[in-house]
Amino acid sequence: MGEDGIEAERLDELLLGIVERHGGDPGRLLQILREAQDALTYLPAAALTVIARALGLPRARVEGVAGFYSFLHLAPVGRYRVLFSDNITDRMLGSGELLDRLCNRLWIERGKVSEDGLVSVDTTSCTGMCDQGPALLVNGRALTRLSAERIDRIGDLIRAQVPLADWPGEYFRVDDNIRRRDVLLSSQWLAGEALRAAIARGAEAMLEEMKRSNLRGRGGAGFTTHIKWESARRATGRGERPTRYVVCNADEGEPGTFKDRVLLTSYADLLFDGMSVAGFTIGASRGLVYLRAEYAYLLPSLLENLERRRQSGLLGEALCGQSGVAFDIEIHLGAGAYVCGEETALLESLEGKRGVPRIRPPFPVSEGYLGQPTVVNNVETLCKAALIAIEGGAWFAGLGTKQSTGTKLLSVSGDVESPGIYEYPFGVSLAQVLRDCGAGNAQAVQVSGPSGSCLATHEFSRRFAFEDVPTAGACMVFGAHRDMFEVARNFAHFFAHESCGFCTPCRVGTSLVAGCMDKIANGHGSQYEINEIFQIHRLLHVASHCGLGQAACNPLFDTLHRFRPAYERRLRSLDFAPAFDLDQALAAARQMTGRDDAAAHFNERPLAGEA
Amino acid sequence: MKTILLDGLPLPFADGQTIMEAATEAGIFIPHLCHHPEFKPQGSCKLCTVKANGRYVSACTLPAKDGMEVENNSPDLNDKRRTLLQMLFVEGNHFCPSCEKSGNCMLQALAYELEMLTPHFEQFYPDRPVDASHPEVLLDFNRCILCELCVRASRDVDGKNVFALSGRGIRKHLIVNAESGRLADTDFSLADKAAQVCPVGVILQKRKGFAIPIGRRRYDVEPIAMQVECAPSRTSGEQES
Amino acid sequence: MGTVAASRKVRLATTSLAGCFGCHMSFLDIDERLFDLIERVDFDRSPLTDIKHCGACDIGLIEGGVCNAENIHVLREFRRNCKVLIAIGACAINGGLPAQRNHLDLGQCLQEVYLTGPGIVHGQVPNDPELPLPLDKVHPIHEVVRVDYFIPGCPPSGDAIWKFLTDLLAGRTPRLGHPLLHFD
Repeated sequence: MGEDGIEAERLDELLLGIVERHGGDPGRLLQILREAQDALTYLPAAALTVIARALGLPRARVEGVAGFYSFLHLAPVGRYRVLFSDNITDRMLGSGELLDRLCNRLWIERGKVSEDGLVSVDTTSCTGMCDQGPALLVNGRALTRLSAERIDRIGDLIRAQVPLADWPGEYFRVDDNIRRRDVLLSSQWLAGEALRAAIARGAEAMLEEMKRSNLRGRGGAGFTTHIKWESARRATGRGERPTRYVVCNADEGEPGTFKDRVLLTSYADLLFDGMSVAGFTIGASRGLVYLRAEYAYLLPSLLENLERRRQSGLLGEALCGQSGVAFDIEIHLGAGAYVCGEETALLESLEGKRGVPRIRPPFPVSEGYLGQPTVVNNVETLCKAALIAIEGGAWFAGLGTKQSTGTKLLSVSGDVESPGIYEYPFGVSLAQVLRDCGAGNAQAVQVSGPSGSCLATHEFSRRFAFEDVPTAGACMVFGAHRDMFEVARNFAHFFAHESCGFCTPCRVGTSLVAGCMDKIANGHGSQYEINEIFQIHRLLHVASHCGLGQAACNPLFDTLHRFRPAYERRLRSLDFAPAFDLDQALAAARQMTGRDDAAAHFNERPLAGEA
Repeated sequence: MKTILLDGLPLPFADGQTIMEAATEAGIFIPHLCHHPEFKPQGSCKLCTVKANGRYVSACTLPAKDGMEVENNSPDLNDKRRTLLQMLFVEGNHFCPSCEKSGNCMLQALAYELEMLTPHFEQFYPDRPVDASHPEVLLDFNRCILCELCVRASRDVDGKNVFALSGRGIRKHLIVNAESGRLADTDFSLADKAAQVCPVGVILQKRKGFAIPIGRRRYDVEPIAMQVECAPSRTSGEQES
Repeated sequence: MGTVAASRKVRLATTSLAGCFGCHMSFLDIDERLFDLIERVDFDRSPLTDIKHCGACDIGLIEGGVCNAENIHVLREFRRNCKVLIAIGACAINGGLPAQRNHLDLGQCLQEVYLTGPGIVHGQVPNDPELPLPLDKVHPIHEVVRVDYFIPGCPPSGDAIWKFLTDLLAGRTPRLGHPLLHFD
């Protein structure tokens, strides 16, 4: 601690203050670690000891949690921590060159802290700014629309040690980029409208409306929302103080997805109304939002909103003046872990643990947050629930298709004229979306992120709906000039980086396939690696613990089927020998021509099988 | 009596029992590494992957259901299990000839059982320094397969929390409960349950390694599949004698 | 080996790369069965024949991992010339003992051993062109060439080697069950 100039006593004082602000609650460990790091720039070993003691937790448990999340650091880091968003869409916009440029300008090596401890530059998984990239994070703050000029200026600001607060506000501007509005994005309901409507209906009737609406989860899995709500409502809590929870999954980590960012920015009232409606309907008095760390910049306005709702009786003990109807919402921040988007990993993280997906069953609706019945819904799902409270289930069911009612927000990025958010009724064709966003020469669209599916031109007539192409909303568009092998390689590394490491197949398999892809990229690949990828895919698909591992090889599988030449042209050999004897095949001609010169023979040495 | 059909064989089970428990009670072997009959199942190694009613599941965590048809000893499943073993072998540094657990090691015994002749993949060769700080026990992290048995034993039986996992993904690793990171600075003791449960050669009692010569050890004598253990389990071959 | 093998003697080459020749010693442990073998097999390059380069062969047996440039040349020569290539022993299969250096930096190793270690005066890192240069890491042979079969063990017993070879020569997929299959 000496070199940081923080003495043990001051460290104690600082950390105990943080722990106290969180009521000494071990369940808030992740939030405590975040704040401790904000104060100390990293988490030295001594700090973990102090926090563990103050919370009454084993120290190893605290270190285990701190070591899990990408944005928590156990070793010293730069005072300016620059992380370039490394999604393929950022790369297509030149993020790689910009990263090199910044490193050169700062005389540093990527991934290493500068000798004076001033700065470090590295990459991070998609930061959710694909519509206005390339993007990066500086000390957790999102910067958008990077250009060479802007990068040079950022280099200067860092060298001059200008505090982030004094950087040009324009750098931090995040636009909504809403391009097409349907029922959700054009709604203008006042805060509390949906909640009042639900209370007026009554919980049972509200549940009936949800059933009628046939709303399905917007986070990707598409589970029917009313079944979740009803199961949680029917489930009895455990322990001395049985209760229920509503959890909003705002851990929007799927690369290429940014719709929840927009909803959290401009439709937070609708979201909080949706959460309150869910709470009222299932009989929960507490709601939690799990907000991905990359969106931490939204926290102040969200907290302000919550406070406003408390002031106006939309949160608290007697909602809308109804005694006995209590609901409040708190926000937890993540710390850089894609896997926490999986609902049970999210619950673990909310409880201050490593974000490792739980064994199911039991499902969260019976044993969720702190073992109590819990509804976990996506941001968009909850916003839709708010609309259903106001307009009714039948109205909602009249939109979209039979099995996919309502509308869907799509996050469109990549090679298009107008990247941003597009809301359509379910059933819209991919071709329609591509026309609307100005994707002139698309050769492929990655739907629903790397864990979704890659569609090629012959599939553009397919429709977004659970009946056809299910989607969590991401549409990354790749023009004809893009190298689909590099797209897949980017995704392979994404999964290797984000695997939680719990189960063997995903932990090791994601690293192995990333290695295969690198080998092919470096010109050392052969058919052998392609076969390996297929074999590992077959294993991960069925034996992984959660959806992350199960989907981890999907982008490789998809691109190998649709863009195989992009792989093959990199292979050193296809490692194939003909089934017939080449020399023997010339025998008849030799006899006829009377030739016996060298060119009249194949004198092959045995086929080399060198890797 | 409720039953499952395991590879066509009807096995009775009690409510709440997992597929693994039902099989074990009937003396049928389902390969496993992170499972131990005395501890809460965790389902992370995936060696016990079986096909139940057509779906791939972990036998150690999935509750048995009446009439469930389970495929266990099939070429497809053993193939997948062999690949999982190969993944575990290349991710760590498993040099059996220099390991004093050889012959008593479950990872090795399963590799024999499933006829794994090669690690197949490229070796990761991670750098994992050993911890020899404790007077009685050596920790050789090179062989850790992250089964968390020591974590569970220390937490649930010893009430000590000596072990935990840190890191994520391929960088996940075992840590001990001390600011120094050294086992000697924890309250670990040789008498702990956690000292007895390591299925591989990470937690090793010092000065005892070759009390039983190689060639006469537990899995040298009899293949692992012939040694199905019910709770309470036998401990390793060395403690038996 | 198919129909060809049935009508003529099989040609077999063996070599040790970064190994200790322990697998070769174990090979000799098949004892009098060597006479049976010699009925069915002609030895090409092998320590038994002292032939220096591998000609066209049916089977190549490789002991030891790949730790230097010469190992690569020899291994490639075997792969080019042998229809079936077999990795024998722990070192060929996972690097074995020589691979225990893999977590160390080669440059630092050479520096300590030849320049800065205790008792060294006027040290020099050997640079005779006759000496093969070491690789930065030791590799199992399947990381350098395609390998068809593996006989694990350190070393595999004479019985294991015999079982494996007789299976192979008879056209059966070789299998080593308990207790022949051993990694130690």
